[in-house]
Amino acid sequence: MNAIENSIREIAKQLLCEKKVESIIGYEQGRIPLRSTPCFVDRVEDVQRLVWNATCDINLAKYLTGRKGKTAIIAKGCDARSIAVLLNEKQIAREKVFIIGVPCTGIVDRKKVEEKLEGKEIFDAAVESETIILRGEGYQSTLPKKDLLCNSCVTCKYKNPPVCDVFVGTKTLESTEVDEFSQILPIESESAEKRWEHFKEELGNCLRCYACRNVCPLCYCKVCFVDQTTPEWFGRTNELSDTMIYHLVRAFHLAGRCVNCGACSRACPMNIDLSELMKKIEKIVKERFNHEAGISAEKTPPLGEFKMNDPQEFIK
Amino acid sequence: MVEKSKISKLIKDLSKEHEVFAPVKRKGLVSFKRVSEGDETCLGFQNTKKPPKEILFPQTQTLFTFKVDKNGVEIDESPTTNRKMVLLGVRPCDARSFALVDRFFSSGEFKDPYYLRMRENAAIVGLACSHPSSTCFCMSVGGSPIGKEGADILLVDLGDSYMMETISEKGEKLIGKLPWLKDAQNIDMEKTRKLRVEAEKAVQSKVPVEGLSKKLDGIFEDSLWERLREKCVNCAVCTYLCPTCYCFDILDEEADGGRRVRIWDSCQFSFFTAQGSGHNPRPSGKEMMRQRVMHKFNYCVKNFGENFCVGCGRCVRECPANLDLREVIEKISSAEIR
Repeated sequence: MNAIENSIREIAKQLLCEKKVESIIGYEQGRIPLRSTPCFVDRVEDVQRLVWNATCDINLAKYLTGRKGKTAIIAKGCDARSIAVLLNEKQIAREKVFIIGVPCTGIVDRKKVEEKLEGKEIFDAAVESETIILRGEGYQSTLPKKDLLCNSCVTCKYKNPPVCDVFVGTKTLESTEVDEFSQILPIESESAEKRWEHFKEELGNCLRCYACRNVCPLCYCKVCFVDQTTPEWFGRTNELSDTMIYHLVRAFHLAGRCVNCGACSRACPMNIDLSELMKKIEKIVKERFNHEAGISAEKTPPLGEFKMNDPQEFIK
Repeated sequence: MVEKSKISKLIKDLSKEHEVFAPVKRKGLVSFKRVSEGDETCLGFQNTKKPPKEILFPQTQTLFTFKVDKNGVEIDESPTTNRKMVLLGVRPCDARSFALVDRFFSSGEFKDPYYLRMRENAAIVGLACSHPSSTCFCMSVGGSPIGKEGADILLVDLGDSYMMETISEKGEKLIGKLPWLKDAQNIDMEKTRKLRVEAEKAVQSKVPVEGLSKKLDGIFEDSLWERLREKCVNCAVCTYLCPTCYCFDILDEEADGGRRVRIWDSCQFSFFTAQGSGHNPRPSGKEMMRQRVMHKFNYCVKNFGENFCVGCGRCVRECPANLDLREVIEKISSAEIR
């Protein structure tokens, strides 16, 4: 058990004992190697289940909306940013949530690990600070962690939560050298035709399982436009025109709100890196409106507010 | 027997009369694709991300096209084809899933012509598992890593070549068209027998499904479901990647003409049971989760005499929240009925 886990458990215990919260949303060890799973703790004896490591991939802010009673939540940088957006958009009340901030050094992308192992089965895995040790039938390999992080973590600028009630551990050094948009440079510089081909190929694999939407803390619409039937905006097939509309409209809906936590990419069973599309939109919003999502709960996303002096330069 | 170096020849010969589908690796993803001679197949994989069910039960399937005008309705059923297919390299769990899904599509008063036509025209060439994954639990639900159910031929990996065992008449016909195959020797049979024992032993994951159906009868209203579903995000990963999930919806794309399409649907969507009145009998994740478990391990047992789970472990591996079906079953099995 690491020092951060220890502190998390102590804080969780205290919060429950002092009845400051009704439950804690955190992570516990998953049943398969390199996986963690959300853990809902409302009894002191269960705080021992809480863990924190580089496999804590799901964005727990997802589970905050609609919860009754005050809830404490373990939040890494991107989770806390999602919570800030939810607070700004009044989806949760500030007094109903207690944010336990944790420093993040990046989440392991299990798809990159699988790719590296070329389909070899993992029997067990240990994630150290710099390396990942994997063991399976007839092999043991130690791989550098930095090569196996999620794309969104590689270019992350907010590894520590910008909003929290208590911070656990030591702050991770934020990188200043990494170009946060380097991931999209190769595709961005292509011609429109090539970009179209690229997204056609990527999204052509989409199953329409909506894992990307359903793990996204900011996809909280009571009825998503894809589920509306009167009118039915577009078809429910997995043909390209339908899947493309789904992903593009969802991307627009998240413009200026997405914090690029990468939960959608991690959830996709078909290995589609949706954060690539979102990163481009993030860049446009930053260039046009000088806005970064989720840095504070007070700042409203540019597409969520109205100003009389909006330049509206696109209207000719 | 077929040597591994001759797989391409096998595909070439089968392609003369059939469309051949086999696992192919593209951008790190192993999935069933139409292949022809010379295409690189990936038979050394654990299992494909998506089960091969989509070949016989496509996610989007045009049933017919139609036109409505003042003279009435005109229907064109030509989109449905009678193409002959070979599904090569289907793992025993997935092969068995066809045997199960067949019961759904062919039972009762109305048979499903769209599925059954494709199924009849498809030969399943299974591929035994020498190294089952840690998430495989086929042995708990009536399958085996070297199981034959649902397959017409079974390939067993014996190192440099595959032993081909014919299982059905369809399989025999297929083999008959490949006169260049070598006969298996006693030593190959012996190797296969040994492999079976080893592979079955290698399925470590066990799930307690004995008596589960009866148990489920008693816990429909139990508060347990609320706990079990807490981390479920209600996406369709588990159902869409499940080889035995067969739920679908049917849509007419336009009122005055167009296509009638069948698409996959999932009990994990709130839309699945939403009624025209606005009422939804399964309003929350709790009911949706319960439906998935009940359907697989209770209703199907009553209707078809089998659990509709083949233990492939896809839902276990791919769940974004790592909600593990094995754990769900364990919790249900050990729950006390009040």
